[in-house]
Amino acid sequence: MTAQLTKEEKFEAIWQGKLSPKGPDGNPLPFQSPEAEKAYKDRILRFKDAIEMKKLPDRVPVTVFPSMFPWKNAGMTVEEAMYDYGKCAEAFQNFVLELEPDVHWGAYAPGSGKMYEILDYKLYAWPGHGVAPEHSYQANEGEYMLANEYDALIQDPSGYFTHVYLPRVFGALGGFPMLPFLPGILEIYGLPLSFIPFGLPPVQATYKALFEAGAEALQWIGAIGGADGALATFGFPNILGGFTKAPFDVIGDTLRGTKGIMLDIHRRPDKLLEAMEALVPLMIGMGVASAQQTGNPLIFIPLHKGADSFISDEQFKKFFWPTLREVMLGLIEEGIVPLPALEGYWNTRLEVIQDIPKGKTVWMVDQSDMVEVKKTLGKNACLLGNVPSSMLNLGTPQDVKTYVKNLIDTAGKDGGLIICNGAFFDEAKPENVKAIVDATKEYGAYK
Amino acid sequence: MSEELIKAITEMREEDALKITQEMLDAGTSPLDVLDACRKGLDAVGKCFEEGDYFLPELMLAGEMMNQITEIIKPKLADMPDRERHGKVLIGTVEGDIHDIGKNIVSFMLDVNGFEVLDLGVDVPPKKFVDAIQDFQPQVVALSGFLTLSFDAMKNTVAAIESAGLREKVKIMIGGGQINEEVKEYADADGYGRDAMAGISFAKKWVGVK
Repeated sequence: MTAQLTKEEKFEAIWQGKLSPKGPDGNPLPFQSPEAEKAYKDRILRFKDAIEMKKLPDRVPVTVFPSMFPWKNAGMTVEEAMYDYGKCAEAFQNFVLELEPDVHWGAYAPGSGKMYEILDYKLYAWPGHGVAPEHSYQANEGEYMLANEYDALIQDPSGYFTHVYLPRVFGALGGFPMLPFLPGILEIYGLPLSFIPFGLPPVQATYKALFEAGAEALQWIGAIGGADGALATFGFPNILGGFTKAPFDVIGDTLRGTKGIMLDIHRRPDKLLEAMEALVPLMIGMGVASAQQTGNPLIFIPLHKGADSFISDEQFKKFFWPTLREVMLGLIEEGIVPLPALEGYWNTRLEVIQDIPKGKTVWMVDQSDMVEVKKTLGKNACLLGNVPSSMLNLGTPQDVKTYVKNLIDTAGKDGGLIICNGAFFDEAKPENVKAIVDATKEYGAYK
Repeated sequence: MSEELIKAITEMREEDALKITQEMLDAGTSPLDVLDACRKGLDAVGKCFEEGDYFLPELMLAGEMMNQITEIIKPKLADMPDRERHGKVLIGTVEGDIHDIGKNIVSFMLDVNGFEVLDLGVDVPPKKFVDAIQDFQPQVVALSGFLTLSFDAMKNTVAAIESAGLREKVKIMIGGGQINEEVKEYADADGYGRDAMAGISFAKKWVGVK
């Protein structure tokens, strides 16, 4: 039935769904008080108005989108946050209740250390597995897809992931390469031959690990999702529906790696372009599935290797932007709001990336020049940012207040601005983080 | 033919560069002359990077060409010849942080700009920097970091250099993801560079290269 809706109707349907939250039992969510219910709805509409750029919200919306700060600030190590789901959820709940932002982004960042252990995850180092207990997880960059595997990826991305990529990044999935060719399972003749692999010990061990990982993931979401529900009853919505990625970053971050993709630009540009095109429907599908599952309208898209100093403007226009734009348009078609994050500096890309439909996206801005961003991209899109990590860590609440006031004066006058930190942070002075929210409430009212 | 090799490297024609290398050697060109042409090509690539015409794809491909040509030449040389260097730079990503893209670019650019570079890798504890300063005797120390945890790691590293009595012997520059002037003050470093070019200028200034 939803297939008959226009993209505008789909957009409205998602936000309306968000405005009428349901509890775990399917009944309307019981708010703590009528005030909490009103605040919840006001906060969602404040965000929606800022994003759509059709009318001014009552004031500039404000949020904080941290990395590991809520847990470090609660005196926990990152390791504890990754292994003790109950403590993780509780610390996050306290963080939001004390901060009182308009929206929050959930306690999803730490993830489940136990599940990564079960799967023998190799792509990241995490506390106790390559980094110290108090530090965040970090990627082990490598060439997880080889240069000669482009055709395999292009022809059958799912098959490539199952048989080749996943066993490389998860030690416990070593049975996957033995799996039968599933599209070959067609009729009764020869059928038992196809099922022999499922009887082999390595394949069975792989499935056993998957069952255990799944059970662990359910434990985790019980606690972490519970925090979302509890915070909603107090009037604080989470509007993050999940994430997807720019095809260039999919290949450059975790498949070929930075060096691999940079060399491929010269050595095999056509294969790279073809592979990115093949990834477009998958990246749209990833965002859509996740937004539908959560019922939340925003899909986060961290942007990495198209930043100013990585590739030339010509390379950006040829390799980075076209497939990212296709992914965003595909999400918009389903009524979803893409939230790309311009990590680092993107000053030279602004003319190019402003080519998007108006009022359909939100862009997290890190260190790009906000005045220039507002003049270009900001004509068509809501901006979210950009209090610097260094200021949150080393500055004073007064520094933050001055910065926020200046942001509102220069980039917020006509709407289309949400105040937030510019980059994900683990360390900060709590009073500086609080000052982001307080300053926006103090200076952000629209007449 | 030296000119052709320089041109092939500068223009990112990898196959041609390898072919010309082989032809030069077959024609009896001394391996040292081939290596010299190769370095000139790399210098030209470095210049293009400094001028904003070349970016990571070109730096990385130039590095790959250099590696492959060196592999071809190595067996023909008793020792790799030393180059004249402006000075020494010790570089590494600070403790707790394993990001290395930015650091590697700075290393590469320092090298093509005539510095002898000792790269300690990632997640380098302060003591390792201190030990390396004592052994390697650099004029410049470059600290890289991507995460906010690197603010304190940089401060601790500078403090460790100070307490080892080595602070006066080196100039310290910092850079990476969320680093800026404010972090430079906090860590008590001598310079913050937003990009590799800024790092090169500090290094040149501090060792007295025009």
